[in-house]
Amino acid sequence: MAATYQIDKTVDAKGQTCPMPVVMLAKAIKDLKPGQVLAVYATDPGAKKDIPAWANKTGNTLLETVEEPGLLTFYIKKA
Amino acid sequence: MAWEARSSPTGCINLLHGDARNSTSITVFDAKGIHTYQPGWLYVPFGEQDPHKLQRSERRLLQRDIALLSGDAGNVVRIDPAAKQLQTADGQTHAYDYLVLATGSRNAPEEVSGFAEGADHFYSEKASLALEKKLANFTGGRIVTGVASVPYRCPPAPLEFTFMLEASLRDRGLRGSTEIHYVFPINRPFPIQSVSDFVAPLLEERGVQVHTFFNTETIDPEHKIVSSLEGEDLPYDLLVLAPPHKGQQVIIDSGLGDRDGWIPTDHNTLRVKGYEDANLFAVGDATDLPVSKSGSAAHYEGHVVAETIAAEVQHRPIRELYHGRVACFLETGHGQATFLWFDYEHPPKPPKPRRLWHLEKAALNTFYWQLIPPGRV
Repeated sequence: MAATYQIDKTVDAKGQTCPMPVVMLAKAIKDLKPGQVLAVYATDPGAKKDIPAWANKTGNTLLETVEEPGLLTFYIKKA
Repeated sequence: MAWEARSSPTGCINLLHGDARNSTSITVFDAKGIHTYQPGWLYVPFGEQDPHKLQRSERRLLQRDIALLSGDAGNVVRIDPAAKQLQTADGQTHAYDYLVLATGSRNAPEEVSGFAEGADHFYSEKASLALEKKLANFTGGRIVTGVASVPYRCPPAPLEFTFMLEASLRDRGLRGSTEIHYVFPINRPFPIQSVSDFVAPLLEERGVQVHTFFNTETIDPEHKIVSSLEGEDLPYDLLVLAPPHKGQQVIIDSGLGDRDGWIPTDHNTLRVKGYEDANLFAVGDATDLPVSKSGSAAHYEGHVVAETIAAEVQHRPIRELYHGRVACFLETGHGQATFLWFDYEHPPKPPKPRRLWHLEKAALNTFYWQLIPPGRV
């Protein structure tokens, strides 16, 4: 679960609609070193499809997606 | 009452005036004093539009007894919603009862290293004319089109440009010697899924290579390579990208916008969030609304704000809210187009491209001045 990750940076994309969560994520991960973890908070349901596809394309690892009422949290490890 | 206008919904200002003629005075602050029909810039690179015909004097479009301040007197440099005042570049302070912000967006090429030197676009008169020359001299090679980053004005325009470019090269006998690559920041060629599903097969049919998840990071003008945040490098002979966009500096300076200068705006009432009791509204590109940054959205939003203010001034119930309505055409090349009509809850269902839609768009481009600014539509 989320508590087990050492989070190095967070992106608050709550309230942002497609394609902003992915764009904010792509910009933010540039600042991390390989192996570091980014947490992305989003509310747009489209992010559930877009962020895994982005991780797949870029080779970064989507560690986990946590769904809570009204909130999606994605944990991504930089490749 | 004041209307701060850079992407001016002139028709709605005129409408508001008509609705509340006897009890209000309206002042429009517009530093340039010029109204530009920006959708026409799409046609300039193909030699199909004289850009000088896309402009009119704002003064001539507004009803006579609406005041227009331009130059430094119309250049708003600070807005103070708590005091209901704004300041202009000539040092004057103006009080208002209601303020509508239509400050628009600005091209921000400085956001991508190398954009100004290495990329072309059609998001200004000057840029579209420069691109017209380059296209006229183009003899074959690799053209990369698309979007540098989001949000950007008129979302269908880069796709329209790509389709029109493909058709134009075919007509000129250059299609066989030209590769066209289209780049887009997410995993499909357009933000709205239904439009993406509509254009993807068309792009494939026309031989356009699509590169998704391409967030432009840098452009190397010397070696002619555009690179993405995702690590993809694309060489090009001609690069045509919608530039990065930002909100206006006056919004940032006045503390009314987010980090990029977009104004947090209520999706339905169009009141500026955090200032709901301050008679402060925002319309058009300036807002952070989840709809197109387009003249069409601004047009429908302007109607709602005009009705809201008129109702308050006349002490009657407000009859309209904004539900995200946008209507626009999407050129698909070869003299055809489709039509997009949608709102927050109902995504567009683009019909099959037809000549009729292209002709309707051409008619709107021609008769815009008679229909929209006077408030007839």
